[in-house]
Amino acid sequence: MEVKQEAGAPEKIKPPTKLEDSGELEIRIKKYLRGDGANLEALQDKKLRGQLTVREKLYGKSAEAAAKAEKWLMPSEGGFLEAEGIEKTWRIRQESIAREVDISSSRNQYDIVLPDLGPYTLDFTSSGRYMAAAGRKGHLAVVDMKNLSLIKEIQVRETVRDVVFLHNELFFAAAQKKYPYIYNRDGIELHCLKEHGAVLKLQFLKNHFLLASINKFGQLHYQDVTTGGMVGNFRTGLGRTDVMQVNPFNGVVALGHSGGTVTMWKPTSSAPLVKMLCHRGPVAALAFHPNGHIMATSGKERKIKIWDLRKFEVLQTLPGHANTLDFSHKGLLAAATGSFVQISGNFSESQSYSRYMTHSMAKGYQIKKLLFRPYEDVLGIAHSMGWSSILIPGSGEPNFDSWVANPFETSKQRREKEVRSLLDKLPPETIMLDPSKIGTMKPPSRKQKPTKQERESEMEAAVAAVKDMPIKKKTKGRSKPSKSAKKKQDIIVRTKRPFLEQQMKEEEALSRKKQKASEEAELPKSLQRFARKKAT
Amino acid sequence: MKVKVISRSTDEFTRERSQDLQRVFRNFDPNLRTQEKAVEYVRALNAAKLDKIFARPFIGAMDGHVDSVSCMAKNPNYLKGIFSGSMDGDIRLWDVASRRTVCQFPGHQGPVRGLAVSTDGQILVSCGIDSTVRLWNVPVATLGESDGTHENSAKPLAVYVWKNAFWAVDHQWDGELFATAGAQVDIWNQNRSQPISSFEWGTDTVISLKFNPGEPNVLATSGSDRSITLYDLRMSSPTRKIIMRTKTNAISWNPMEPMNFTAANEDCNCYSYDARKLEEAKCVHKDHVSAVMDIDYSPTGREFVTGSYDRTVRIFQYNGGHSREVYHTKRMQRSQPISSFQWGTDTVIAGIFNPGERNVLATSGSERSVTLYDLHMSSPTGKIIMGVI
Repeated sequence: MEVKQEAGAPEKIKPPTKLEDSGELEIRIKKYLRGDGANLEALQDKKLRGQLTVREKLYGKSAEAAAKAEKWLMPSEGGFLEAEGIEKTWRIRQESIAREVDISSSRNQYDIVLPDLGPYTLDFTSSGRYMAAAGRKGHLAVVDMKNLSLIKEIQVRETVRDVVFLHNELFFAAAQKKYPYIYNRDGIELHCLKEHGAVLKLQFLKNHFLLASINKFGQLHYQDVTTGGMVGNFRTGLGRTDVMQVNPFNGVVALGHSGGTVTMWKPTSSAPLVKMLCHRGPVAALAFHPNGHIMATSGKERKIKIWDLRKFEVLQTLPGHANTLDFSHKGLLAAATGSFVQISGNFSESQSYSRYMTHSMAKGYQIKKLLFRPYEDVLGIAHSMGWSSILIPGSGEPNFDSWVANPFETSKQRREKEVRSLLDKLPPETIMLDPSKIGTMKPPSRKQKPTKQERESEMEAAVAAVKDMPIKKKTKGRSKPSKSAKKKQDIIVRTKRPFLEQQMKEEEALSRKKQKASEEAELPKSLQRFARKKAT
Repeated sequence: MKVKVISRSTDEFTRERSQDLQRVFRNFDPNLRTQEKAVEYVRALNAAKLDKIFARPFIGAMDGHVDSVSCMAKNPNYLKGIFSGSMDGDIRLWDVASRRTVCQFPGHQGPVRGLAVSTDGQILVSCGIDSTVRLWNVPVATLGESDGTHENSAKPLAVYVWKNAFWAVDHQWDGELFATAGAQVDIWNQNRSQPISSFEWGTDTVISLKFNPGEPNVLATSGSDRSITLYDLRMSSPTRKIIMRTKTNAISWNPMEPMNFTAANEDCNCYSYDARKLEEAKCVHKDHVSAVMDIDYSPTGREFVTGSYDRTVRIFQYNGGHSREVYHTKRMQRSQPISSFQWGTDTVIAGIFNPGERNVLATSGSERSVTLYDLHMSSPTGKIIMGVI
């Protein structure tokens, strides 16, 4: 078994060939261009066309600069796991991985056993530095993952069903027996959110500062945590469910129901955006890929389906149970059932997921939640006896952006980031299935009313079409010429009728409007303020 | 097997000493940033709101005139000084920085209708209802003048009397000629006491005129027969005339694109024309609700300012669109109409002056003072008290 250590000097540096270089760069540039350029040929205005061409060139240059920076300036490289010979990657066990990697990484593999306090659930902050763990029997803990030190733990002496961090590690919300509560990092209870009711699952929308919850009666609540106002509460109408996920790409909340349907919601409408029938049995788990276009759902009928959200079609069906699903930043899908975890990835050119790694825990551990740690090659497993963490090489994003999420944040940076993210807080109306619609032109909605000429020509065309049709000649003396002429007239009148009716309606509306206007004009000046005003 | 896991050492990613700057790492991947367009929209909206919150355009007012101010002129070589003429014949030179009168030019017997400064900054030409054109020497600014405790009054260099009242005057760029508008357009030389030539097309009065900055022999005028006429001094008769639906009160040429001019019209719109193609207006600037009285272009040629009878001053972009800013105060008034014409404001852009390198707009109207505004509404005027948000 060959071992590649990253800490030593690089052994073989092969300069890439020119051809490889340009092809790869092209792909990268495409990623940064964020779509196609504008079609400038259709513009008549030469000055505007000149200005826009210059701007498009600048976009191209900035995309190229970003692609080059990505290639040469990134400080870290991603992880990988390659099997050699007849070895298969899914047979490799965590112990063998621990032997190959350095000490600081092998510290990320551990099991924390807390058997008394019930099945655990956990949540990470967006930088991956802090973790909140909640045991069902009331144990709440906030842990600093870098030093593996416990910041605060409290016992609330009530059932806790879910825990979620708010915008940073200072605040977290716990879904307790009757209502969800918001706590400080020091364990001080800050708020009791009575309107939500007995919540089963909580989710936090980071860009909008909205806390979404689904409760025992199937009611969905959205609350703005900056102002405290309730933005929306809806009855889903589909019963009790505890499968809820947020799509990070567009901020839409997806619920999985016991009828096998998945519904997607936004805070400004009381009807779901999308309702799709995914499984034959109840939906057991749901997960979204970070790019927002791929969703994985698992049903109780032992199928895991991978959906394309742009076309709402199944991309792939995998066999197997999954009580919990999660996607990593790099697109690896982790599924767990009982005490068995399976990680799949799409490594080939086609979009199909295949087995990558597996891990079995001690029999009797019931895995409740899987969560990949952001910016690390670590998978956090929360189960009935506590929580564990295992190494999955290649699952995390190696290069973080300090302005987006910084695992090495100081308190000053955290405060600045909080203020800036509050300034950039998005209003709840920006949540939509396709977030790129913002800033586009509204398409012309109503057709222009057809002009008089158009209407007349339409009528003539209809009449001409009908005129040429031959009338059936009846036998036994019933086809007199006078009768057939009358019938022809009738047919023509019948085709003209809808057009004439519409005309009459419009004329009536016009005359009514004129009457109203003249009525108001007749009023003396002192009484004008009592005239009926048009509703705006 | 080959395996590698992400491992970050704290030393590489944090600073070594507390005097160092914090380390910043960037990853420009679009997947890390969700809903970029919505965030940009919110940021643009917040920036516009903050701009409006911090808008303090009024800088000051220069008082001194007894009667309403009817016209203004600026010296292109010395932007610290503005000339203003009032309805009682009083012409003053103001120092914008100290907001005091530097020099007075008494002499006119009635309202001063037009003021123009020659391009070299030496001669000031003024014309009025008393059918006289007066030429004055512009006093050279010395250091001792900025305290303004003594107000000099100057004697005219020359007084030319002619047959009828004058409505406007403008001086040629880089030349010795100036033109007056009245019953007809008269072209004068500074040294002659009679006009060297005059143009006439029709029998109506010519209300305003402006020389082209790029082509010194071309002149645009507007008449009370709702027309805009273009003249070339090298030819013996006027060149082009267009007749609009309503009267044009003032014209201004774009200093950066000298073939374009904008006309301020009585029907609340401003029309931008290309002088070579007068069949249709290049752009119609619509925003005022009452007659536009005066117009002037910024030296950059990118925007122009208009004053109107509805007591507002608006700044428009040169190539179209609604006005970018509106200035209006309670103090701005319009006076009663005198015979058949009405007053609004007469606007001039004074240009850059210290301190702070602000772009300043000077306007005057029937409120008897020359008011100064900052062209960038929300630029900081003094020390920033609040921290950067």
